[in-house]
Amino acid sequence: MYLIDQHTKRVMEECKTRAKANGLEFGQETLEYIVTNKDLLELSPKVMIPTLYDFWVNDVEVLKEYGKYKLYPSNPYETVINSRPAISFYNDNNPDWMNIMIFYHVIAHIDFFQNNRLFKHTWNDDFVGVALSDKRLIESYRSRYGRWTDYVIEFARSIDNITGYFQTLTRMDYPSEMDPEPMVSYYFNYFLPVVIGAQELNIFKEQERFNELVDKQGELGAKSFFSDIKIKYPEFENTFKSYKPNEQDSDLLEFICNNSPFLKKEGNNWMKAILTIVRNTAQYFAPQIRTKIMNEGWASYWHDKLFRADERIVGHEVGYGVLNAGVTSLSRVGLNPYAIGIRLIEYVEDLANKGKMTNEYQKLVLADDKKKFDLKTGKGKKAIFSLRENFSDFMLINTFVTQEFVDKHNLFVVGKRPNPAEGTIEYYVKSRKAEDYKKMLIDSLYHPPVVVADENKTTADCLYLTHKFEGKQLVQDFIPEVLNGLSYLWGGEVKLETTDIVVSGDDENGEKHELRRVLYTFSERKINKTNL
Amino acid sequence: MPKEDSNNMQEYIRREKEINEMLRKKPLLFDADAQSHSLYFLNDWLVLPGYFEPKTGAGLMLRSLEDLLEQDRKREEDGFTRRIRLGKLVKSVRGKKNKIVIVPTTTEPKFYHDDSVTDEDTTGGSGEGEEGEVIGKQQAQPQQGEGEGQGAGQGDGGDHEEGSDVYDLGRILTEKFQLPNIKPKGTKRSLTKLTYDLTDRNRGFGQLLEKKATMRRIVETNIQLGNINPGDAIDTSKLIIGPDDLVYRIMSAEKDFENQAVVFFVRDYSGSMQGKPTEAIATQHLFIYSWLMYQYSNNVISRFIVHDTEAKEVENFHQYYQLQVAGGTRVAPAFALVNKIIQNENLARDYNIYVFYGTDGDDWDSDGKELNEELQKLLPLVSRVGITVSKNAWTGENQTTVEKNIAQSGIAEKRKKEFRIDGFNADTADEPRIIESIKKLVSE
Repeated sequence: MYLIDQHTKRVMEECKTRAKANGLEFGQETLEYIVTNKDLLELSPKVMIPTLYDFWVNDVEVLKEYGKYKLYPSNPYETVINSRPAISFYNDNNPDWMNIMIFYHVIAHIDFFQNNRLFKHTWNDDFVGVALSDKRLIESYRSRYGRWTDYVIEFARSIDNITGYFQTLTRMDYPSEMDPEPMVSYYFNYFLPVVIGAQELNIFKEQERFNELVDKQGELGAKSFFSDIKIKYPEFENTFKSYKPNEQDSDLLEFICNNSPFLKKEGNNWMKAILTIVRNTAQYFAPQIRTKIMNEGWASYWHDKLFRADERIVGHEVGYGVLNAGVTSLSRVGLNPYAIGIRLIEYVEDLANKGKMTNEYQKLVLADDKKKFDLKTGKGKKAIFSLRENFSDFMLINTFVTQEFVDKHNLFVVGKRPNPAEGTIEYYVKSRKAEDYKKMLIDSLYHPPVVVADENKTTADCLYLTHKFEGKQLVQDFIPEVLNGLSYLWGGEVKLETTDIVVSGDDENGEKHELRRVLYTFSERKINKTNL
Repeated sequence: MPKEDSNNMQEYIRREKEINEMLRKKPLLFDADAQSHSLYFLNDWLVLPGYFEPKTGAGLMLRSLEDLLEQDRKREEDGFTRRIRLGKLVKSVRGKKNKIVIVPTTTEPKFYHDDSVTDEDTTGGSGEGEEGEVIGKQQAQPQQGEGEGQGAGQGDGGDHEEGSDVYDLGRILTEKFQLPNIKPKGTKRSLTKLTYDLTDRNRGFGQLLEKKATMRRIVETNIQLGNINPGDAIDTSKLIIGPDDLVYRIMSAEKDFENQAVVFFVRDYSGSMQGKPTEAIATQHLFIYSWLMYQYSNNVISRFIVHDTEAKEVENFHQYYQLQVAGGTRVAPAFALVNKIIQNENLARDYNIYVFYGTDGDDWDSDGKELNEELQKLLPLVSRVGITVSKNAWTGENQTTVEKNIAQSGIAEKRKKEFRIDGFNADTADEPRIIESIKKLVSE
């Protein structure tokens, strides 16, 4: 691993200057390294962070990558990590014109990392440095506690995909005066709907009454409101006192770290440090997978725009054209985040330029009027910069995948079905409707399950987890192993409440599904499953 | 142009040429691999170009496979399940032998959403085509697909020429699954191979001083010289050491004696074997072959025989694995052919002979008399006959014809040393079950 040569660095610096002139914002310092294939094979299981802590699963991955490489030698090309300064890795010395394109692509990624709000929690530290100190700490534990260090890492990692990443983001910007008084919050959010089981409408009415009182009389109003409540519901005060609000810990890992009786024991404190490291590491990576389309679309948009305006590349337009098409062309079958991303960004730019993101446009009915509509606002650039600042993949797709967009690019949902007569699987055009296309895209987005600790059912001897069912069951094969690890971390029994989808025979409309709420209990190293 | 640039000029030109070449050749991003349809499959490394022939193989490892497997073994002691599995990566090259690479794999258990039950199998597409129109087709079961993972898959075949990898697999199997080591049959065969070792003794010079022998010579010499008298204390400072007293070990060529084995892989290739039973058998036989390769330091000759109502020998594992007919099933001719080959080629004298037979348990000779005769003939000649019954789902727990016949003949008890049989349900046979079965077949 060594730095790119001075000549290439000069090319990079020139690219940066031009990118900045076009409005991209990023830290001036960057580091570019040339790495060998072997370096890359070894780095990839560590998500390209050279200083990430060691773990045996990564070693297994590396060995597997070696094996793959034997069969399919290929050169990974470029990759950039969200560090300070931003570090990017390159495979070899490329011709200048190609470097110019790649550097623009990388610069746009860096700009995205440093400006998109989903990355906000990564802005204050250099993760490469943080990871290095974590790695050293873990190394010191390993020399003291041996392979138990790795078990603790493993158990912590078994729930690192369900960390409360969005809660972390929320906490950062959350205005402290936003939350109502605990008693107010309890009354409206828990007591009325859960304890009393009041109708939504009645709750709204009650809220209105409360607001009115507070508007008119301030503090005094709130007081008189609750003294009335205490008379109306004698149990109110007691239930309020015994109620534990559920939001103190943002996720399971944090909950276990703060509350596990086993981790609180003397001599087990080091395990907490590991849990925290695993959690922070997971949270650092969390935004990248949620902005894949945005990020690649953004980078592709800018490498295209800046490259074509760059006079240094004269004579290489054709080579660039072929190369760029390979990156950003829509696949006949399959999803290409570069292709979809850049098209959505260009679409938004076009909408804004023509003033179509207005009420005026929305009100139009006739297709012809819609087509002709153009206010020539020139606000396209502003719009896409706001997009890059505020949007995730989900928001981008959910907001801008419209029928107009789908038609414009001839997009469709591909279905697969077996053709038993031929012994083949057929790919066919399943739907050209925007809603279907949007649903297909959203369904293919990364979305881990929500599994949290139920504080009201958890005791010192039993950790009680609930899975919020969102239409998909959990992968059942993994449940016993995960619970085994959590049972170790809690020092007792673990229960998991989840929903199974039971296939109950075929009928004419295909398979019938039935939902069943079940409870897994992991106790004394044995798993047990009962219906609820 | 600055000097450093012109130095790099040649390199740049070379690169540029390569890239242009590569751009011309680069296939469409989409291929038949379903994984590539996923949104998270493509990344900068893959789509931005720069394909080169690799300059170096990846050699140095972070932690060796042995260490990882050792650690995996410790997990059991600590009360956790093992997590490392061995997978095969298979790449089929048209017209050439398949390449197999053995890799370890592991999955981190986590709470994941299970898409298999509810999800429709869809992806994105673009271009022309009416709704409902078919835009592409793919073999339902790729004939020689490439795959990764445990156990058998289509395309598991592959010639057994991939010596080192097969040997590695055998070593790993032996170590990981604690398969027994082989006790060689009496016969050893001299190969033309020579090894060099410090075996001969030489007086005066050599590579390694033999202290004990040297001491003996010194004592002898000094007794003759009168420096040592029985009964007196020995004054070592007076002892005289002649140059010829020094005895050395010296490098010398030795003929090597090694065990070698011939293994017959025999399987039923009738219609009922299609699918899972064949996959399980092929995987098991590949593992067994690897294990033998390791045990006999690559001195294993393999022969492949398939049968329906008649038996025939095929050339290689690939054919052995791929062939399929719709005929009926008679087991005896297969063993008759094995006997014939052993006799004609006089294999019993020089080789340890292994016969592994895979079947779904079907046999039209319902009394099994012929089979019994052939086995009686075969068993005295071999180190081991192992029969695997890879049952079809519809067989259930019932005893198959083959199992019944074997049980009736009582061979399994009478000739326990040479004969083993094991049965499992092909549908549920995963890697551990297949290995378990191998243990049953090969253990002492």
